[in-house]
Amino acid sequence: MTILIDSPDSNNKSLQPKGWLRYFSFSLDHKVIGIQYLVCGFLFYLIGGTLASAIRIELASPISDFMPRDVYNQVLTLHGTIMIFLWIVPVVNGAFGNYLIPFYVGARDMAFPRLNAVAFWLIPPSGLMLVASYFVEGAAQAGWTAYPPLSITTPQSGQIIWIMSVLLLGGSSIFGGINFIATIIKLRRPGLKLMQLPMYCWAMLGTSLLVVLSTPVLAGTLILLSFDIVAHTGFFNPVLGGNVVVYQHLFWFYSHPAVYIMVLPAFGLVSEILPVHSRKPLFGYTTMVFSIMGIVVLGLVVWAHHMFTSGTPPWMRLFFTIATAFIAVPTGIKFFNWVATLWGGKISINSAMLFSCGFIINFVFGGITGVALAQVPFDIHVHDTYFVVAHFHYIVYGGTVFIIFSSIYHWFPKVTGKLMSEKLGILHFAITFIGFNLCFAPQHWLGLNGMPRRVAEYDPQFQFVNQISSIGALLMAISTIPFLLNIFLSIKKGKDSGDNPWNALTPEWLTSSPPPVENWEGDAPLVEEPYGYGKPISQENLIKKT
Amino acid sequence: MTTLNSSKEIKKDDSELNEHHEDFRMFGLITFLIADGMTFAGFFAAYLTYKAVNPLPDGAIYELELPIPTLNTILLLVSSATFHKAGKALLKNKNSDTQKWLIITALLGITFLICQLFEYFNLPFGLIDNLFASTFYALTGFHGLHVTLGTLMILIIYWQTRPKEGRITSQNMFPLEAVELYWHFVDGIWVILFIILYLL
Ligand SMILES: [Cu+2]
Repeated sequence: MTILIDSPDSNNKSLQPKGWLRYFSFSLDHKVIGIQYLVCGFLFYLIGGTLASAIRIELASPISDFMPRDVYNQVLTLHGTIMIFLWIVPVVNGAFGNYLIPFYVGARDMAFPRLNAVAFWLIPPSGLMLVASYFVEGAAQAGWTAYPPLSITTPQSGQIIWIMSVLLLGGSSIFGGINFIATIIKLRRPGLKLMQLPMYCWAMLGTSLLVVLSTPVLAGTLILLSFDIVAHTGFFNPVLGGNVVVYQHLFWFYSHPAVYIMVLPAFGLVSEILPVHSRKPLFGYTTMVFSIMGIVVLGLVVWAHHMFTSGTPPWMRLFFTIATAFIAVPTGIKFFNWVATLWGGKISINSAMLFSCGFIINFVFGGITGVALAQVPFDIHVHDTYFVVAHFHYIVYGGTVFIIFSSIYHWFPKVTGKLMSEKLGILHFAITFIGFNLCFAPQHWLGLNGMPRRVAEYDPQFQFVNQISSIGALLMAISTIPFLLNIFLSIKKGKDSGDNPWNALTPEWLTSSPPPVENWEGDAPLVEEPYGYGKPISQENLIKKT
Repeated sequence: MTTLNSSKEIKKDDSELNEHHEDFRMFGLITFLIADGMTFAGFFAAYLTYKAVNPLPDGAIYELELPIPTLNTILLLVSSATFHKAGKALLKNKNSDTQKWLIITALLGITFLICQLFEYFNLPFGLIDNLFASTFYALTGFHGLHVTLGTLMILIIYWQTRPKEGRITSQNMFPLEAVELYWHFVDGIWVILFIILYLL
């Protein structure tokens, strides 16, 4: 225990490897760990994306011709698990959280740097293990939800590897969460008040609370599931007197908050990006903070809206419908705050801004279908259809992944000191936005008309719309080309960005780009108004700085 | 408004940070224990749901005796007190007293584990006999794992508080305090477990 807990120590850092090599080392520098999370996550995004392409190729025709049915099930299971646990959660929490939070609280590193490095280095092996499980006896095929009895009856080795890998990733996530909470609460520089923190800190505080409170429940559940598989206990096996609904309750107690673990940090990031590129203070800071905390509290008591068709008693349906509908209130407040931030601002149309606006559009659409899905009669109609798939992807892709790209465009100059190509960035945005909507908007119609999800074959009447969706997926696959090109070209011969290309006021920009190992050459600045754009005093200060 | 403070201030801040160092390690540990507690909460919730909705099948045996777990509850509660004594003694630099209380605590933990195993071998049901049997073993087993880890850590602490070359002293109390907090947590979980599994 004492080994894991360590202090930021400058002596340790001088022993760390320099240059490119440090990204492959057990580095304790939060900036290095952040980039490790990002690159590792992006590699898994490419794998998960390849699997998604395979799914869309299969669904271009109504019969199961591209791959056998059981392989299709393995592909969709791996796609879901990789995208959630190895791309979105680690990147939107681990990558940006590690890079930005110490800057935002005015610290030189995270509270527990060693625990931080351990948390990251749990990810590559468990991810590789998960991918490799395909070559054993076939990967897990029960979906990312691993519902029993399906997960108990399908081939065992793949499912067990899946459970082990998700347990390790959950552990990594908990370690990360503990670190973020301690850093934000305990490591703030003296004089910095909680209500002066940039919004991403609040988002990460809320997210980390959800991680710490709900991930352990998933871990416990998966341990019981592995007992059912290996030792033939009957926790979730009805044949042995068990109860599958208990699994669903425990699973969704984690996995509903998991949606917020994926999307709350994105709320935080967009709240950083919008004020900078529209030169206006963030609208409604205090309401934003209370909305985040409201979402955290409500997010913990809505899980059974995933179980309206699981024999849920009427009182439970009523309670969870109302609680879910209530989440629309804080979420709506945040939406209006973002729009109000943009309103009347000096908006620069650049890649970061475009992706952020794309996020707002996609997210409000996914939010509306979410409120619809919370209503029992409607939910029973579209349960387990493509409507749910469409809703979910509007939240996590149209929402979070758009913000991941937006953030990469926004903070690339910070990390590298180089500017990215705006032409390629705008091209990337256009293809992604069109491709995404082409891929997922038609799936609402498919779901409303009864096309079930997670099945390799479907009624031929759905073929045309499925083909449109597949063309959208093709565009999404193509969209990574201008992005990767942009990254490599900009690293090689991008224009120098200077320290603060966006004239931003948040603390991470008030040091050189790329930042020194200790984050600031001198003292950490005390930023009392991180969003003080358009105010005469802050402009003056900015001029003094540059 | 953005203001940069003077370098004098930051030097003071850094030393302040180091002084409060212990503080946020303890904070991190408490956060971890909350997470750990949630795992138990999940297990308890599952058990109570089973009890409410899944009747015991005909012919299935699920009976628990009270004497051993009652003894075990007393053992753990006493061990919490002896651990506390160990910390108090270290604060007064009485390392040999600390060592005495620590070894008593570790022995109480080991006795608990032996009693637990004795109970396992004398129960009329096995792990996979029925739903309640499985849940019983899962819950007590998971808790027993915590006691085992705790006992091992107490023995490490015992080794490190040796009067002369010990690494844990009244100036460096954190490892002892951390294990003590963990041990109280494990005891508290046992009391809840005892009430839910044996008394309800
Ligand atoms: Cu949900």
